[in-house]
Amino acid sequence: MADDDPARKPPAASNGTRVKIETDVDIVTARQMGRALAAQMGFGPSVSTVVSMAISELARNIVSYAKRGEIVLKPTNSNGRVSIEIVAHDEGPGIANVTQAMQDGFSTSGGLGLGLPGVKRLMDEFEIVSEVGRGTTVKVRKWKT
Amino acid sequence: MEVPILKQGDFLIASIQSALTDADLMALRDAVVTKVGHFRSSGVIIDVTVLDVMDSFATRTLRDIAHMIRLRGAETVIVGIQPDVAFSMVQLGLTLEDVATALDLEEGIAYLSRRTKEIRKGVASRGR
Repeated sequence: MADDDPARKPPAASNGTRVKIETDVDIVTARQMGRALAAQMGFGPSVSTVVSMAISELARNIVSYAKRGEIVLKPTNSNGRVSIEIVAHDEGPGIANVTQAMQDGFSTSGGLGLGLPGVKRLMDEFEIVSEVGRGTTVKVRKWKT
Repeated sequence: MEVPILKQGDFLIASIQSALTDADLMALRDAVVTKVGHFRSSGVIIDVTVLDVMDSFATRTLRDIAHMIRLRGAETVIVGIQPDVAFSMVQLGLTLEDVATALDLEEGIAYLSRRTKEIRKGVASRGR
């Protein structure tokens, strides 16, 4: 893979790290990479755990509903404000009713739903774009305070 | 990675050693539920001290284990949930509902000892 060639690899700050998500093992890999990146960026252990948890939930949705997809972890810096950005993308079935999927009762604890309201609570910014038959992209961000 | 399950008197101790995949968690569930019958244990302790994340699947599986163990006639206590993990679980809205928890292994053993004694006493007094 050309991306593995260090000479051609762009710095992590610009393009981020892509993690392929297909199995339950990839969920663990993605969240561990996210935690490592957050720690490396100077986020405290509590926020690193929150980031790791959000990645786990987003990756799980990919495995459960879309079968495969990817997660991109990216450090960003705009005018000295640092954040970690996580984009979960799949080309799965999409979500028919995003509004409903974002309702809390529709969520995690019973095992139904996507846990998206919880992920939104964990992070500072949350965007979702989903189209039936085309896939889902969720972009979340945590600012470093 | 397989979770070692140790027999300690009347109790079983499942001591998680590293991050677990979904498959590992399900294997743990099946192993504990089988072994509690094999050893005729009255209680199970699941030590999650090393887990740096307990996401919705992990939480649900631990809850399932505790409910299944109760149906098998024994008690479960989850020990060692770390402060950061507790914080992120609350933020995400995850709960263990009626599953017993304790600070660490020592407290977990103390809890189960009390609990199983109460249950035995309850059974004995009803028997009279």
